Amino acid sequence: MEKALVAPVQSIPWYKTAKFRKTTQIILVYALVIPGGAVLILPFLWMVTTALKTQKQIFTFPPQFIPNPVMWSNFVEGWTKYVPFTRYLFNTLEIVTNNIIGNLFSCVLAAYGFARLKARGKEIIFYMVLGTMMIPLWVTIIPQYVLFSRLHWTNTYLPLMVPAWFGWPFFIFLLRQFFMSIPRDLDDAARIDGASTWGILWHIILPLSKPALATVAVFAFIGNWNNFLGPLIYIRDTDKYTLAIGLQRFQGIYGNVQYHYMMAVATIIVLPIVIVFFLAQNLFVKGIVMTGIKG
Amino acid sequence: MAQALSTPKKRKLSPLQRKEEFEFYLSILPWIIGFIFFTGGPILASMFFSLTNWTGLTTINFIGIQNYIAMVTTDNEFLTVIFNTFYYSIASVILGTIGSVVVALLMNQKVPGINIFRTIYYLPSVTSGVAIAIMFMWLFNPQLGLINYALSLVGIQGPLWLASSQWSMPALILMSLWGIGGNMIVLLAGLQGIPDHLYEAARIDGANKIQEFLNVTIPMLSPVIFFVMVISVIGSFQIFDNVYVMTRGGPGDSTRVLVYHLYQNAFEYQKMGYASALAWILFLIIMGLTFLQFRFGRSWVYYETE
Repeated sequence: MEKALVAPVQSIPWYKTAKFRKTTQIILVYALVIPGGAVLILPFLWMVTTALKTQKQIFTFPPQFIPNPVMWSNFVEGWTKYVPFTRYLFNTLEIVTNNIIGNLFSCVLAAYGFARLKARGKEIIFYMVLGTMMIPLWVTIIPQYVLFSRLHWTNTYLPLMVPAWFGWPFFIFLLRQFFMSIPRDLDDAARIDGASTWGILWHIILPLSKPALATVAVFAFIGNWNNFLGPLIYIRDTDKYTLAIGLQRFQGIYGNVQYHYMMAVATIIVLPIVIVFFLAQNLFVKGIVMTGIKG
Repeated sequence: MAQALSTPKKRKLSPLQRKEEFEFYLSILPWIIGFIFFTGGPILASMFFSLTNWTGLTTINFIGIQNYIAMVTTDNEFLTVIFNTFYYSIASVILGTIGSVVVALLMNQKVPGINIFRTIYYLPSVTSGVAIAIMFMWLFNPQLGLINYALSLVGIQGPLWLASSQWSMPALILMSLWGIGGNMIVLLAGLQGIPDHLYEAARIDGANKIQEFLNVTIPMLSPVIFFVMVISVIGSFQIFDNVYVMTRGGPGDSTRVLVYHLYQNAFEYQKMGYASALAWILFLIIMGLTFLQFRFGRSWVYYETE
């Protein structure tokens, strides 16, 4: 019995055994993936170590990786000394919060209509929603600017905040895909129990859609946190700047000397995105896969 | 009355169906309003502006297609702008697609700890914006930056990067490769969607690993590669933030791309009419390239239903 089990193993040369193949695969993959990963992660490390150096150490050659002494104070000084970044943080948060709520409201409503309600013309309108995703924002940006100037909305946050309440095609599409995956039986049961159309949305669909809602919130957060073009075009007063504009102006003025402060501020501005990324990594992947592949 | 009864033109909707239809239009009302004021209306307005020499202040003069003619006759920068835009787009899309396919194939290997690497590769693609642009300016710094220091370790004298009209565009392209993780995730999902029975069938037919890759993996992945390429082309034609923050189109005009040129004409020179015409050129190029990709896609993209 024992012999029969051992015999076939002996007939396979050592370099064809499953174990050898697996080990080779692991070594090969690591040999490629580890250096690549290092290259991708080094820019972040370089940013953080620069943020912790003295200005003198930054200008020494060859560059030193380890900060000595470690200047934690750079974060405070960079954030407060030249430019009021705390103020810009609150400005940014005001816009970001409004836009997350506005996007959720308008896109949930539209997605629910497309996913669940029957109406003539629905398909055509849905294709129009998809079609608008193809139109570069550069085509509409000039007339939008003209419209908002005529309304005397320039130099206010209205051009940056109002559109969020009127739907965003990508989010409508993402939420619709998700709502469609919720079994209709649940709607029907609720309807028999006397629930209204909006009652079903509120009590059945939304509680089951938390991952999709979180995905939209996360995408909206990152998009608005990083938004540069909008504030660049519409905001004039320095005390109304957002973090993105504030950092760009800071760079424009002090860019070639204050690298330590700039990297400190850049680190602080990137950090929330990194944190959100680690908290919501699976949502990202699902959101991309749901709209990217199944679409 | 009798006629109406005998030839009903439309099936009457029940009150319940009417109510549902009303509720549908109510649900998409915000989108409809947004579409009229922020998308549809502006598209028509933009078409009209592009046929005028409006500056935002003066009266509007209709000048026909003169803006479009002016691009090739009087705008000395236009041809450079088109060249730069294609340079960036072609290089970043080709390198980015090859890179993300290779990385996705690696990330699809079942080795311990691969999830950690997926995270590391994916992270850069979500962190865009001014902070990252400034980080790269520092990395590309010719004397003190990390990149030229790394090159010096292997005996290469690094270029001036953003300060050189020859190397500024390659710098932006390199930077774009840092963010291939987004495409990698889409491709990885595509790889994981390839059913195992296809590989089993290939193995039964005696296929080796390379044959499996060429005859199963690549055909099954080709629709996803195609999708990634189309989206990347559209995105690459609209690169703005990095150009504005890092180079302002320079040195010289070496990184002056179409949308930066458009931005300057519209919001710095107030040439709203001319900038609108540029926007339509951008739109036409993007549509044209998307169409071409679909046209040529037929020859290499495999769809199961065919």
